[in-house]
Amino acid sequence: MTTRTKILVATAAALLVGSAVPALAVTLRYANQGDLKSLDPYTVNETTTNAHLGHVYEGLTRRGKDLAIQPSLAERWEISEDGLTWRFFLRKGVKFHNGNPFNADDVIFSANRVRAQGSNFQTRVPTNAEFVKVDDYTVDVKLKSPNPILNSQWDTWYIMDKEWAEANNATAPTPAAATTPSYSALNANGTGPFKIESHQPGAKTVFKTNKEWWDKAEHNLDEIVFTPIGSDATRVAALLSGEVDVIEPVPLQDIQRVNGSANAKVLSGPELRTIFLGMDQTRDELLFSNVKGKNPFKDKRVREAFFKAIDIETIKSRVMRGLSTPSALMIAPELFTYSKDFVRPKYDLEGAKKLLAEAGYPNGFEVGMDCPNDRYVNDEAICQAVVSMLARAGVKVNLMAQPKAQYFAKVLKSGNYNTSFYLLGWTPGTFDSHNVLHDIEGCRDNPQSSRGESNLGNFCNKKHDELTDKILVETDKAKRDQMIKEAFQITVDEYGYIPLHQQALAWGVSNKVKLSQRADNSVLLYWAQKTE
Amino acid sequence: MTDMIQATPSAPAEPSSWFGRFLDSDVWASFKRSKLTMAAAFLTVLFLAAAVSAGFLAPQDPFDPAQLDLLNSRLPPLWDAEGQSPFVFGTDEQGRDIFSAILYGLRISLAVGFLGVAFSATLGITLGLLAGYFGGTVDAIIMRVADVQLTFPAILIALLVDGVVKSVLGGQLDAATTLAVLVFSIGLSFWVQYARTVRGSVMVEKNKDYIAAARLIGLPAPVIMFRHVLPNVLGPVLVIATINLALAIITEATLSFLGTGMPETMPSLGTLIRIGNNYLFSGEWWIVAFPGVALALLVLSINLLGDWLRDALNPRLR
Repeated sequence: MTTRTKILVATAAALLVGSAVPALAVTLRYANQGDLKSLDPYTVNETTTNAHLGHVYEGLTRRGKDLAIQPSLAERWEISEDGLTWRFFLRKGVKFHNGNPFNADDVIFSANRVRAQGSNFQTRVPTNAEFVKVDDYTVDVKLKSPNPILNSQWDTWYIMDKEWAEANNATAPTPAAATTPSYSALNANGTGPFKIESHQPGAKTVFKTNKEWWDKAEHNLDEIVFTPIGSDATRVAALLSGEVDVIEPVPLQDIQRVNGSANAKVLSGPELRTIFLGMDQTRDELLFSNVKGKNPFKDKRVREAFFKAIDIETIKSRVMRGLSTPSALMIAPELFTYSKDFVRPKYDLEGAKKLLAEAGYPNGFEVGMDCPNDRYVNDEAICQAVVSMLARAGVKVNLMAQPKAQYFAKVLKSGNYNTSFYLLGWTPGTFDSHNVLHDIEGCRDNPQSSRGESNLGNFCNKKHDELTDKILVETDKAKRDQMIKEAFQITVDEYGYIPLHQQALAWGVSNKVKLSQRADNSVLLYWAQKTE
Repeated sequence: MTDMIQATPSAPAEPSSWFGRFLDSDVWASFKRSKLTMAAAFLTVLFLAAAVSAGFLAPQDPFDPAQLDLLNSRLPPLWDAEGQSPFVFGTDEQGRDIFSAILYGLRISLAVGFLGVAFSATLGITLGLLAGYFGGTVDAIIMRVADVQLTFPAILIALLVDGVVKSVLGGQLDAATTLAVLVFSIGLSFWVQYARTVRGSVMVEKNKDYIAAARLIGLPAPVIMFRHVLPNVLGPVLVIATINLALAIITEATLSFLGTGMPETMPSLGTLIRIGNNYLFSGEWWIVAFPGVALALLVLSINLLGDWLRDALNPRLR
């Protein structure tokens, strides 16, 4: 044999062998409209990011397919008679991905880190709660006042490894506004069912199955490849051609087409998220406006005028193609009994103009608006519609629509709430009204408290906050619901926010994949089954 | 004697005005011969006229949000059964009239094109003159920078410059600033061709006698460069500028298509194509098709003009 024939034969053999080996590894490819920037679990409290990181990290609790709280890294917990001490019994034998054992020190470390400067999850753990190590697998949480829903958001308070963080100089949380990525933003070390194999921020993240996971896996995957695909058409094309297996969201205009195709379908349902507009009501002069020396949004008439100038039914029929539920409240009707008692004030352009004139702006004014363009269903299109509706009332809105990473860095706490008028969506992490009253509608005036952490415009009403505190500890459901109703009524009367609608869930799923859809829009692939 | 001289005229009737000279030139003759070039010129003029008179022609000002009505959104073109007057080419998801948006978008595309070419030509010609005239270290530095830049595709440079400038300026940019940033980034990515061409021509010209004469009477270097050398190297520059005009328009459209150009509230042709791209699957084809056709025709006709100009000005092809 000449050398050349040898090479040819070897190549042919290699090709044969290569094709004979069956494809053993099951890879699921997933594309979202937005990207995954930071792997630090305390950077941005946002459902999509939390869901991504939920494959890698775990909390003391977790939530099932029906959103019910289940034990996770804590096997069980007890509450003392006075409600001031919670004792958590940690799961034994759990290991982080780097092999370090999980124990009480990690919980205490995570409790301090999540409350530190730069974290966007400060509401997860009360500021004045004290974490005490009883033994390696028992932690006491001592509270200053009772908090019956203490652990209701702990499914997304992810536990980090103390030793790993200390060894890698990652003991401080990465703020969303950080310009240089920290170690914990580029690497992850959790206890969850998947490990990070590689992470290119904003481009591609590969998850590999964690074979040593403490629980029994419900999926049959070996690998998840996540890529962001911002363009609607490209994302749908990728699903239809089989290039990816799961996409979120399916653009509203393409739902029919996906359902009509032979290899994919749309999983849909109502979502618990409320999309709303917020206004800066705290600064004496707006950051982005031509009105100087005063803040027009401090005048209730201006807020009411904005509310009435927005024709939500047209947004529903045109922008959302009928797939939204206009909302009078800052919470989805599924989550609050008395939602149906609230009626959205009617669209009234003339009334809005009159109110603006009464408030001293007969010719309107100019204001800047912040809007994400890859976070919610048709977010930028909604903002543009709002811009043109307000233009008819004489208000000139300068729209700044940008990807969520930049948007959140600007408007959230770590960016100093750098906004005058914005669009945001919120699903209460507790799936209960108190979270909305506390995080979104609560006054931000006490720097020691995490109240109002996501109240970007700082709508503030003391009576509302008193009610919120009572609601937290009230155990009589009827009484509690009545107080919630009262508190929401205050926000409605004050036009503190402009709730728009609840959007619909729309996931595109290949016929090869079986997936459960959770109503909070968390795409959790650890429940996915894929057939080749 | 005087009679003798007058009796031997060199040309039958020397046209006096520049326009007359132009009509008499080879360039005009070659223009008249080519039907394709005439069609291209006609289209280009048409686009220019449409862009200039957009304010009169367009039934709607697509940049004024108060004129957009969501109830008019996603209407098909007029000839479709569901089409509505005055939306000849239909409307987009915000109720923006596509025809008006194309007219106003043409304005932006052409403005960015012309300004970008003007900027890159000024930069390139100046640097090329300096390099060619002085030679030595100046030449080496300018040309090595040019070589390095040539190793990157122009669109990458434009993206890079655009990104850096925007992050330096930060915050919310108004329409004029966005436009200026686009012109700046496109200009910076296209100057090399001018510089190299001009430098080459200058190296040839500077050894000719008329330059030596100009030096001898003590004219300063800038005067020699701009008054004496420059007019003699402008021919090739004109060809590059025409072809680059098309390139600059395409680059602006690409940047806008990628989302770093003009915002959706003030769409250029590229932005319109990006918006429309999202509705391709759902059958709302007119949002992307008409701006796409307009962009293609505009660039094609400018390119044809550029090709013709290159041939017409090339003495070897005559």
